[in-house]
Amino acid sequence: MSLNRKYIPIVVTILLFLVMFAAGSFRYTGFFSLQVLMNLLVDNAFLLVTAVGMSFVILSGGIDLSVGSVIALSTMISASLVQQLGWPPLVVIPLVLLMGAAFGSAMGAIIHYFKIQPFIVTLAGMFLARGLCYVISIDTITIDHPFYTAVAQTKIPLPGSSFLSISAVIALIVVAAAIFTAHYTRFGRNVYALGGNEQSALLMGLPVARTKVLVYTLSGFCSSLAGVVFTFYMLSGYGLHAVGFELDTIAAVVIGGTLLTGGVGYVLGTFFGVLIQGVIQTIISFEGTLSSWWTKIVIGLLLFVFILLQRVLTSGSPARK
Amino acid sequence: MGRLVKHHLFWPLCVLAALLLFNLCYSPDFFTITMHDGHLYGSLIDILNFGSPLILVAIGMTLVVATKGIDLSVGSIVAISGAVACLSISKGPDQNSLVLILISVLLAVGLSLVLGLWNGLLVSVAGIQPIIATLILMVAGRGIAQLVTGGQIITVTSAKYAYIGSGSLATLPFSIFVVILVLLIALLTRRTALGLFIESVGCNPTASLMAGVRAKWVILSVYIFCGLCAGIAGLLLSSNVSSADGNNAGLWYELDAILAVVIGGTSLNGGRYYLTGTVIGALIIQTLTTTIYMIGVPPEITLVVKAFVVLAVCLIQSDSFRAAFAARWKTRHYPAEKEITRHVS
Amino acid sequence: MSTQKPILQMTKIHKRFPGVKALSDVNLRLFPGEVHALMGENGAGKSTLIKVLTGVYSIDEGRVEMEGMPITLHSPLESQAAGISTVYQEVNLCPNLTVAENIFIGREPRRFGRILWKEMNRRAAELLSERMNLQIDVTRPLHTYSVAVQQLVAIARALNISAKVLILDEPTSSLDQKEVEQLFRIMRKLKQDGLSILFVTHFLDQMYEISDRVTILRGGEFVGEYMAEELTRLELVMKMIGKELHLLEELPSLAEADQHTLGGEWIRAEGLGRKGGIEPFDLAIRQGEVVGLAGLLGSGRTETARLFFGADKPDSGRLTLPESAGTVRSPREAIRRRIAFCSENRKTEGIIGDLTVRENIILVLQAKYGAFKAISRKRQEEIAGEYIRMLNINPPNPDHLIKNLSGGNQQKVLLARWLLTEPQLLILDEPTRGIDIGAKAEIQKLVLSLSRQGMSFLFISSELEEVLRVSDRIAVLRDRRKVKEVTGKDMSQQHIMQSIAGG
Repeated sequence: MSLNRKYIPIVVTILLFLVMFAAGSFRYTGFFSLQVLMNLLVDNAFLLVTAVGMSFVILSGGIDLSVGSVIALSTMISASLVQQLGWPPLVVIPLVLLMGAAFGSAMGAIIHYFKIQPFIVTLAGMFLARGLCYVISIDTITIDHPFYTAVAQTKIPLPGSSFLSISAVIALIVVAAAIFTAHYTRFGRNVYALGGNEQSALLMGLPVARTKVLVYTLSGFCSSLAGVVFTFYMLSGYGLHAVGFELDTIAAVVIGGTLLTGGVGYVLGTFFGVLIQGVIQTIISFEGTLSSWWTKIVIGLLLFVFILLQRVLTSGSPARK
Repeated sequence: MGRLVKHHLFWPLCVLAALLLFNLCYSPDFFTITMHDGHLYGSLIDILNFGSPLILVAIGMTLVVATKGIDLSVGSIVAISGAVACLSISKGPDQNSLVLILISVLLAVGLSLVLGLWNGLLVSVAGIQPIIATLILMVAGRGIAQLVTGGQIITVTSAKYAYIGSGSLATLPFSIFVVILVLLIALLTRRTALGLFIESVGCNPTASLMAGVRAKWVILSVYIFCGLCAGIAGLLLSSNVSSADGNNAGLWYELDAILAVVIGGTSLNGGRYYLTGTVIGALIIQTLTTTIYMIGVPPEITLVVKAFVVLAVCLIQSDSFRAAFAARWKTRHYPAEKEITRHVS
Repeated sequence: MSTQKPILQMTKIHKRFPGVKALSDVNLRLFPGEVHALMGENGAGKSTLIKVLTGVYSIDEGRVEMEGMPITLHSPLESQAAGISTVYQEVNLCPNLTVAENIFIGREPRRFGRILWKEMNRRAAELLSERMNLQIDVTRPLHTYSVAVQQLVAIARALNISAKVLILDEPTSSLDQKEVEQLFRIMRKLKQDGLSILFVTHFLDQMYEISDRVTILRGGEFVGEYMAEELTRLELVMKMIGKELHLLEELPSLAEADQHTLGGEWIRAEGLGRKGGIEPFDLAIRQGEVVGLAGLLGSGRTETARLFFGADKPDSGRLTLPESAGTVRSPREAIRRRIAFCSENRKTEGIIGDLTVRENIILVLQAKYGAFKAISRKRQEEIAGEYIRMLNINPPNPDHLIKNLSGGNQQKVLLARWLLTEPQLLILDEPTRGIDIGAKAEIQKLVLSLSRQGMSFLFISSELEEVLRVSDRIAVLRDRRKVKEVTGKDMSQQHIMQSIAGG
């Protein structure tokens, strides 16, 4: 099969990741190791989980700005229930996930049934979730429950004396499940159809309403799962956790080659988009003299390049409006 | 009475009045304005003063929204502009030199014009969706601002620079005059035909092109103006605190500005725009913040209130929502109308 | 064939929209194994009838029977379930999905909820090659194929849903000759398989080539059902746009009634053409001349008009204005050279819905002046008032939003918009469609009186009588080609209809 135009963005993404990783390996000693690679996953597990949910939303032609706030709210609810009310984590975690999913489906329902732009509805969702954090508490709530600390410290050994964290494993499972969902289930294909042409999807008799609401439900679920993972990582609940995180997530999805207009892209691309962000951060920390804001500038630049690339690729295809 | 209720400023003004009334009940000296050293002091003056950067950004945003666009990068431009001005002043030999201040201000304003131009080019020439096009600068702009400030908070000790954001002229805060000036410039769109073009492009771009309107130029110019407004807002903000913080200056400004625009009655679907409505919208947001501070609730909870305001306003603007309600009262009438419009088109 | 029972029968269908009778007393019979053409001009009710069949609109009165059983159609899904599938002109598939997915989505072969891609691709390839003789890579995204192939994929999808009735809504309008032949081969094959095809078209040649039977609608009314081979072209055209032959009395052309002297040649198209729009043609318009474009829907009328206005870029030929030695490359340039264009698509290319009547009237003039030479409010009101009076715009309130006006009044506002710029050439594309008789006559009179003052017109209308009434000269278009120019005595309904019918 010849290299299709639709694969160009994802190929560019993977190549970019390899080139960046190779460049880092040549330049810095100690960069080229399995553990550095694994750390990309360990440090970005929550980004990966969120970005997977966001991929579905963007593939369906929408956007979800509430992800960062939902993460913060999840950490906050987990922390307050576990620490302040003494609930068992195994009750709290499913509850938090349910809350995230419910939050997402409410937004999805408003978007679909009242035909308001996803941008503005999820913006309201973002305000609401962030505000609810402060209703719970303005300060950080530290978590010292043994379950959380145990999960946080567990290292799963891998060959080559490297290791993964439980969070990273969760993230990998989410990615695998998402790839399956996107490509091998009706729901997944309906998401693509919806992003391709909503009107057609409707006329083809696809369940547009259900799919749309489910997409936001999924994103809400992923965000709250990312929030749970985040509590393992930070061991605290705080209303200022993950501020501006929605942008990182969207950037990861776009750099992963997904079209912001919907319908085209791969979860695998998002995976590499997250890794690219991780590599940029790693390189900057290895460099030492470069400051953290370069991450944002480089990501902004990559966004620009990818958006322009998308623009060029789509303008050539005949049937796209 | 019916006409009064229908006026686009009626509801925003009601909300503002209700908020002010609540404040008055809560703290009877809320409306008190005192004279001190030739300056006026009081909560109302504070609202105007602290609200002015937001009003500025929202004015720029109004014109962008009117063309069916959106500018997410205003917060970043606010930060960059403040950072550039403060950096330039802090590097100068004499921080109080008028020439230095002028050069710094011009530099910051010039840069924000360029950033606005960048957004405008992406939207009008490259044809990228506004949300996406301005997202680039929203992400990268924060980094640029931090790059300029070196990740630190740059403080300046210049009375002349501080005057822009905290000085007063004729007993009133100077920032109010800046806002009035920019508002007047924006209102020029009504004196010239630019306003007509903006609305026509926002409402029906194809028909506008067929009518010979230079849609690209119109779109380009609104983004440039929006950049300018954000730049000036950045100056006000940094001068008010005599420092620039690349990280936090102008954070969430894009969202507050969009909120102000929407409250003011301008639809996110483009078309008609209301500058005075936007100003009132921005004042509502600022008053809300002040109120929440005053009654001792954590200020962050404003976000919850904002969430409901955004939702309420959008639901009211949503045709489907209104239709769902209208259907209860006048059954079948509205759907039939919908059907005919669909049929004719 | 007549002994067979129809598979689908619609009897005495009525559909009203507030103020409009979209369908009244319409019948339609479809027999298995036939291609049945549905023909009619704009506003004939074709699209309403199809929307009724696909379940988008509900009917007010009448019966729909499928294989003798009465059915009701409330949604596209119900209609599909009843065995009626539609392929629209704008292919309603998802361009980003693969060909196989587009055929199967919603009904993918699965095992334990997992989509079996191999199975799906195999079946898709099989379906396309067996029933449509189409060998393509079904794993490629749909948008990488031409519109013609996309249409075939849409048909394949319809067949896969086991359609008994296939509606093809103007499938050929964006296909070239070879693609049309391919489509027809497939249609013949499907017909042999016993499928009943409702073929909506406005191309006469194609209708005759493929159809067994034809139903004609005009103005929402049922004109009749005929066997294609028994109906001559002339009869067909007359049934679509004109009156019955024996009723046809030669209407005195208004333009002819008072001869006026024409000025010099003002604009000239030489070999002007655009692929898929209109084949290269020559046409010159003189000052004070009204040139009518006669032809059926889809014959290239609008495309011709758009080329004159610079709204589309021509592939060949050139447009010159001898006097000013200029040309026209964009609407802005056209306006500067005093050309005006009232588009047929009032809603999308004409009115700015959320603006007032006054603002809509002055828009073009203001765009001509530029942003900084604003027309004063007082002057705007004077202008608006003047045109509201002159054209009888109702309600006579310049501050009314134009979207709330009736179609006829919107049209008058658009006319006012262009007249205000004092054009030398005014292109009117279907200026009287959807307008009541009174307003129609007013617009016709206006055209005549303005042409007497030296303004030139390019006048397009589906109603031949109207074109005859106002034109000094008529260019006849057929199948995207200019076939004839008639003047003077040759300008009779019958003569022009013959040209339109061709063959």
